[in-house]
This record gives sequence, structure tokens and C-alpha cells, in this order.
Amino acid sequence: MRKNVKIRENLTVALIYLILFVTAIFVLYPIVWIIVGSMNPGDTLFSSTFFPQRLSLDHYIQLFTNTQYPLWYANTLKIATANMILSTLLIVTAAYAFSRFRFPGRRQTLMAMLILQMFPGFMGMVAIYILLLQMGLLDNHWGLILVYAGGSIPYGTWLVKGYFDGLPRSLEEAAKMDGATHTQIFFKVMFPLSYPILTFIALNNFIGPWMDFIFARLVLRSNENKTLAVGLYEMVTGRGNTEFTNFAAGAVLVAVPITLLFLFLQKYLIEGVTAGANKG
Amino acid sequence: MEKRDRGLHSRHRVVASVLSTIGMGLGQVYNGQIVKGILYLLLEIYVLIFWTHPFLQAMWGLITLGDTPQKRARGRIVVEGDHSIFLMIGGLIFLLLFLLFLFVYYQNIRDAYLNGKLRDQGFAVPSFKQTLKNVWEKGYPYILLTPTLLFTLFLTVLPLLFGILIAFTNYSAPYHLPPKTLVDWVGFKSFIDLFQLKTWSTTFYGVITWNIIWAVVSTFTTYFAGLFYATIINHKRIRLKKLWRSIFILPWAIPQFIAILIFRNIFNGQFGPINKMLMDMGFQGIPWLSDPFWAKVTIIVVNIWFGFPYWMALMSGVLTGIDREMYEAADVDGATGMQKFWKLTVPMVLYATMPLLIMSFAFNFNNFNMIYLLTSGGPANPNYSFAGSTDILISWIYKLTLDQSQFNMASVVSILIFIVVATFSIWNFSRTRAFKEEDMM
Repeated sequence: MRKNVKIRENLTVALIYLILFVTAIFVLYPIVWIIVGSMNPGDTLFSSTFFPQRLSLDHYIQLFTNTQYPLWYANTLKIATANMILSTLLIVTAAYAFSRFRFPGRRQTLMAMLILQMFPGFMGMVAIYILLLQMGLLDNHWGLILVYAGGSIPYGTWLVKGYFDGLPRSLEEAAKMDGATHTQIFFKVMFPLSYPILTFIALNNFIGPWMDFIFARLVLRSNENKTLAVGLYEMVTGRGNTEFTNFAAGAVLVAVPITLLFLFLQKYLIEGVTAGANKG
Repeated sequence: MEKRDRGLHSRHRVVASVLSTIGMGLGQVYNGQIVKGILYLLLEIYVLIFWTHPFLQAMWGLITLGDTPQKRARGRIVVEGDHSIFLMIGGLIFLLLFLLFLFVYYQNIRDAYLNGKLRDQGFAVPSFKQTLKNVWEKGYPYILLTPTLLFTLFLTVLPLLFGILIAFTNYSAPYHLPPKTLVDWVGFKSFIDLFQLKTWSTTFYGVITWNIIWAVVSTFTTYFAGLFYATIINHKRIRLKKLWRSIFILPWAIPQFIAILIFRNIFNGQFGPINKMLMDMGFQGIPWLSDPFWAKVTIIVVNIWFGFPYWMALMSGVLTGIDREMYEAADVDGATGMQKFWKLTVPMVLYATMPLLIMSFAFNFNNFNMIYLLTSGGPANPNYSFAGSTDILISWIYKLTLDQSQFNMASVVSILIFIVVATFSIWNFSRTRAFKEEDMM
């Protein structure tokens, strides 16, 4: 009887290892494939083999000398950083106001924010296009930054407000007794306590522009203003797929920093997601 | 004596608010707050003089959407004509500004009333200096909120209002595209067309069916795959837990658009490594992206690759939070591993992650990147208007808007999407704790 249980457990463990191992192959395959592809001599998908005869860095060099990749990279970095700063600032101030003050119109505004976040961002696409056109901000990075910042507010505000709500009020009351102003309380008490959610929001707003394809393609028209998402997409969906290896090199260069950033901040991300979910 | 006093004085608040209703700032002047009153008055005069005409013009534009079509002779523009869409947006902006002005006007009346009340009760009204200080103290949340609300108003609310209004016009190619032609209000016609005109309704029902299947299947596969891997890694005899988790979390960390484009190549029917391998082994290649059925399978498989790490990471946290004793009790009762999983783990995890699960459903429902970057909505479907076999509503809208200029139909469809997503979100929020605590409803 006992022996049976033992055998069964051993079998289970063996099976689990097998599953984990196979899954690891599936997870890693595309990643390894693209890295190998980027160092494979030749231009197209067809000529790239999984075990290349020789490895070369030609495509990386080509990427920087023959394409506008460095420019796209700089554009994306600029847009992402600006959006991160602007949106985080707008979100945190609003969330703080909603969480810590009771004022006429508060509930209505919160409700409106909640409903706004449910609209697909697309719905305003044509209007945004025309607005930017009228303001002369089409094919302009600031236009895109404004669009991103505006779009991230409703969701972010709710998330951060939920987090602030969970922080004890006694701390601020103590600070208030000591004569601290609202601004001091915000920066000296609330701010240090909310690093996890701030990191989450900032990271979200930084990564957003790296991933977005829709608005970037809508707003940015000229080749030298493009972001990475648009540039790489066009590189690999063009006729005949002749630039595959260049794309692979470009993809590796985007993915590595973002992936590292993500892995280092993983803990915050998971905390952020759960915090937002539990507290609404 | 006292009664008469109160009766006499109580007139201040009435008089002040009536005066402020007639003209901004008059009530304040009556209350003795001269500087504030004059500032209010100047604001009103400025608005009346400089903004009345543009405002009336804008309202005319919003209501009529223009009446002079562009006239061309020998390829040249003879009469510039009205641009309906610019008129509509201009009208909306003025309408929002007017609402802001009404809000300020309301504040002015309220202020006159409150200060009048102070006088009625025998208190002195605050001086201008005190008022400024008060604004900083009591108005702090408003100061914090103003930039954010302005941003939201003009970059989110305004485009959305515009998007909604478009659904009630005939703004579409080829006959109603400004500046060459005018756009008209047509009421619910586009809605009726979507459901009743065969060219539209076939596409709509086809696309929405796949959209729902996609949202349900993609949410559940990733959810349970995540739970599955979190559970097996959590098994007490599995070593290197951290290493396995780190490997499996990679797909979540890689920028999605890059990973999708990589998969687009991996599943390429002609050159993709998978088909190459199959053909090397003597099999026929599978039309991963060019056959409607296989394209849908491919999308779901690729989505599992992306989606499960997120849930796995979350579930690992949830699982460690579950009380060990329950499992021990189950062991004593002789429960098998499977029984423990389905009767204990699943219900508890489900309870803890329900809100996220619903949000994830809403997200997948509108997962544009997954569809557009992997298949571009293809393969083509001859029965559909402007949509491919794997298009979901949101990618269909994208094509309708950017490629086909069918703005009115795109807008109708996005309103329908909103109704679906909003229903789920409201239901979701109404059952979370924060909502009840906040006495939000």
C-alpha cells in the first residue's frame, strides 16, 4: 500500500519534470530562433537555418548603417520617457485628490472616469486625427505623447486611487497635527509609501509606447518620425519578406532591454496588478 | 426681536444669488467682496463680447454640418464650401467650453449664496486675501485635479463624443467625404443598416461570433494553463522552482509586438521553420495563416504562449496564500491529487482572481495587436465586407476607418463594443470591495 503511493508519487514527479522540460523548449524556441536568425548570414527567412554554419554580426551593423533603425529607437525612447513622466504626474495627482479629499463632484467625476476607461481607444481615432491635424501636431512626437497621456489617465487614476485608499490615514493625520501642508504630506508621507504602484504605473506608461502600433501608425507619417513598432512591422510585412534577418536583429535590440527591465521589476509588477485588482 | 432680525437678514443670500444669476459678480459686489465681484464681472463681459458670435457660429455648424458644398470647375476649387467634420469638431469644442463656462457661472451663484448666508448669520464675509488663502486650502483637490481633468476632457471625452456622433451621420466613402462633399445627420440609419443590410449584417454576425469565441477561449486557455503550471511547479518535490518560473515568465516580458511578428514568421506557410521541418520529414505543410480554420487555431496557440506567464506569476502568489491545513485535512480524508486540485485549489483561486479574469476577458475581446499583427485579419473572406476571416470587431473597425473610410459604420460598431465591455466592467466593479466601501452607487 505504502509502496504503491510512493511509486505513484515518483511517477507524478517524473511526469511533471517532463512537462516542464517540454514547455521550456516551447517557450524558449521562438526566442532562440530569433537570436540565431539575427546572426545568420543571408537576408531572408528561407536561407536562415536553425544551426547556421557561421555566425555574423553583419545584420546589426547593417541595421545601424543602412536603415533608420537608430532614429526609430531614439524616437521611441523619447516618446516613452516623456509619456512616462507626463502621465504618471497627471495620474498620481488626480488619484491623490480622489483618494484623500471629499469634495463636491467627486463621485460623479470618478464614475465618469470609470466609464471612460471602458470605451475602446479607437472610438476617438478619427477625432484625434482631426484634432492633431488642426493643431498642427500630426506627424509630430508631441501629438503622440499627448494622445498616450490622455488615454492612460482613466485606468491609471482608478488603479492608483485604489492603492492610496489602502494606505492608513493615521499617518497623514499625524503629519497634519505636526503642521505639514497638503503638498508636504503628499511628498513626504504618501509618496514613499506608494513606490510599488508608482513603479507599476510608470513602467506601464513607459512600455505602452513601445508596444503601441495603432496610434503610432495613425499619427506618425514620415519615415524619420516612426517608432520601433511601426518601423519593424513594415520591415517584416513588406513584399517577399526580404528583410527578415535585419528585422531579427532589430527585434533582439528592442526586446533585450525591455525584457531585462521587466524581469528586474517583476516583483513590483505583480504587486501592482494584484493591488489594483483587490482594491478596485 | 431675534426672529425679526433673522427674517430681515435672510434676504442677503436670496438677493446675492439673484444678483449673481443676472450678472456674474453682482452678488459678490452686493456682499461687499468688490475685487472678486469685479473679476467675475470682467470675465463675463469678456466672454459676452468676444465669444458670443463664434459660439453661435459653432452651434450653427454643429446642427447643420454646413450647407455649402464645394464647387469645382475644370479641376479648380471655385467655392471652398463647408467642411462638415471640422464644423462638427469645432462645435463640440465650443459646447464643452460653454459647459465649463456654465460651471464657473454656477460657482459664482453658489459663492454669492454662501457669502450671503454668512451675512445672514451675522458673520463677516472673508476679504480678498482670505479668499485666496481659502482657495488654496479648501480648493486643493480641485487644483490637483484641474490639469488631469482638462487633459481627459479634450483628449478622451471630446474624441469619444465625436466618435459617438459620427454613428448618426453618413460620414463615409465614397459619397460623403469632406471637403469635397457634405456630411448629414441621418439618425439611426447606420445602426439599422448594420443589422438589416445583408452586406453589413453577414459580416457583423460572422465577425462578432468569432470575436466572442476568441475572447472566451483565449481567456480560459491562458487562465488554466497559468494555473496548471503554477500548481505543478509548486509541487513539493520539484526542485529549482525559481529557475522554472523565470523561464516561463519570459514570454510576458518580451515586447508583445515583437513576439507576435516573430510568430508570424515561425508560422509562415512557405518559409516558416515549422512547415520546413514538417516538409523535411515528408509531411505536407499546414496552412497556418492562410486557412481560416488553421489561422484561428494559430492565433489561440500563440496567445497561450503569451498569456499563461501572467497568470502563472499571479497564481504562484495566490497559491502560497492558501492555507496548508485544508490540504492536510483533505489528505486525511484520502483525497487524490486531482480531487484536491478541483475541489480546493480551483474554487479558491477563482474567488481570488475573479475581477482580473473579467478584466482579462474584456482585454482579449479588444486584443487588436494579437489579431492584426499575426494575421492582419486574413485570410480574405469573400462573404465579408472589408473584413477577413480572423478579424475581430476592433480590427474590423481599424480597417473600416483607416483603409475604407467607412467612418459611420466603424463608429456604430465601436458603440456596440462599448456596450459589451461596459456591461462586463460595471458588473465587475460593482462586486469589488472598493465600490461598496466608497458608496459609489
